[in-house]
Amino acid sequence: MGKRVGMEVAIAAAEAVALCNIDVAAVYPITPQSHIAEHMADIIHDGRIDAEFITVESEHSAISALAGASAAGARAYTATSSQGLMLMHEILPIVSAMRLPICMANANRAVSGPLNIWNDHTDIMPQRDSGWICLFTENGQEAIDLSIMSFKIAEDPEVMLPCVVNIDGFQLTHMIEPLEFPSQAEVAKFLPPRKPFAQLHPDNPISMGCFAMPDTYTETVKAKEVALQGAKKVVIRVFSEWAKRFGRKYGVVETYRAKDAETLMLTMGSMGETAATAVDEMRKKGKKVGLVKLRLWRPFPVEEFKAAIAGCKTLVVMDRALSTGGAGGPVATDIKSILYGEKKKPRVLNVVAGLGGRDLTVGDFVNMFGLANKKKNEIFEFYGVRE
Amino acid sequence: MIEIRWHGRGGQGAVTSVEMLALAAIEAGKYAQGFPAFGPERRGAPVMAFNRVSDKPIKIRSGIYQPDVVVVLDPSLVGLVPVTDGLKPAGILIVNTAKPAEEIRKKLNYKGKLFTVDATHIAREELGLPIANTTMLGAVLKATGVLGLNAMKSPVEHRFGRVASKNLSAMKRAFSEMKAAKAA
Repeated sequence: MGKRVGMEVAIAAAEAVALCNIDVAAVYPITPQSHIAEHMADIIHDGRIDAEFITVESEHSAISALAGASAAGARAYTATSSQGLMLMHEILPIVSAMRLPICMANANRAVSGPLNIWNDHTDIMPQRDSGWICLFTENGQEAIDLSIMSFKIAEDPEVMLPCVVNIDGFQLTHMIEPLEFPSQAEVAKFLPPRKPFAQLHPDNPISMGCFAMPDTYTETVKAKEVALQGAKKVVIRVFSEWAKRFGRKYGVVETYRAKDAETLMLTMGSMGETAATAVDEMRKKGKKVGLVKLRLWRPFPVEEFKAAIAGCKTLVVMDRALSTGGAGGPVATDIKSILYGEKKKPRVLNVVAGLGGRDLTVGDFVNMFGLANKKKNEIFEFYGVRE
Repeated sequence: MIEIRWHGRGGQGAVTSVEMLALAAIEAGKYAQGFPAFGPERRGAPVMAFNRVSDKPIKIRSGIYQPDVVVVLDPSLVGLVPVTDGLKPAGILIVNTAKPAEEIRKKLNYKGKLFTVDATHIAREELGLPIANTTMLGAVLKATGVLGLNAMKSPVEHRFGRVASKNLSAMKRAFSEMKAAKAA
């Protein structure tokens, strides 16, 4: 099995991608993603892998350059964060509509203003409807594993869609921790070279992603929706192959001590580990609490989610983002709409917390579980906000 | 699990210290985290960095507010930033200072376990620089017993190359020259 090393997670994410036989990387540096950008540039400049590093002048250019590269058949990678992701926004749905399996790491960070470089999920949420497969990681090991798996998922002939792996900024990117790397040979066996369905080539001119009139546009939207929904089974298949080869199991929805839990909390990203420690503390005191962790955010794994929460009385949904002026955080609003038609459903509490790097300790998660004892609940509430 | 908070000034290598300690612990088969106080670095400004070391997997992704150990890299921070904040009652304070321990106690109004070492002096002699971050690692190892001195060899050599041996000598000196202050 893999070699155990201590390494900063951002560096590890770049090292993981270096095992993936990429052809092109275009990465514009932005805090807290910068170490991925710098290290990727080093890896390619030092000739450790045979790939092109395109030095672009913005994230808009990065993703645009990769769209071209991917259309020409290349395995293409980028990484960004916050304002950088916002600048890519225009191109993201074009990439998915063109069915280009570009893979990206997003070092999750708050968006301006005011300027804030710290962690939350407000950068990825506006990209939610862009047609990208969207995965969340809880620790550095998951950042390595999912970075590698993302190419296999994205390039699967049944999928052919871009994929973003969310790695919480600072909380994960700047953490030195023990990590295991698969060998180059093992990754090569797991991830064969990309076989593009169609590619731009001067000898065989084709057009990709050009124009749709009102009589065909809706069909393209539905085609993308069918493809993205269909990606779930491929994600599950790739997770299961990973478990067989490398021993680490992943689920599109994962649970922790949830079996007989009366109150469940749902988290995405690095919140999961601290929340799990809170669950352990509360279980010691006889509290029937557990955890549901949403790994696959798009496509939303509806059936797996319903199975994971079956039987609980209260579901506390954590959102590290807010749909400003809307009905709470984006995760909870999705969940409420999924549950609306169900005969048996839990009471759903939505907590918006951990914005712009506001730290969430084990004690904070215990307090947020405690909100389940409140008689009446608001549509959503901020946790720990000063009035 | 042991939680350590480092206080230094931007540019003094507090982040390098937590990196060296985390890497050494991981290489020794333990679980460890090393991380900066997240945010922009400013040379000369007071900064913090953190370590967690454990024999079991660490499942906490928050900052450290009740450390077991506080390390002060820069003597001028004593009395300037609240270095003993949240330090556990049975915790350990390790200060780089040329001053008598009594003076540190008085200045911080601190009655807990205290260790002092003139790491800047050692660093000047061994490295020719008043940068005490690697030197103070020796003090941390001695005061906590979290790892042996030998555990630092490989990460320090990997990081510092040809100046590694000087850093390791400085570390060894701090390990033996550090003094436990009399109980208050």
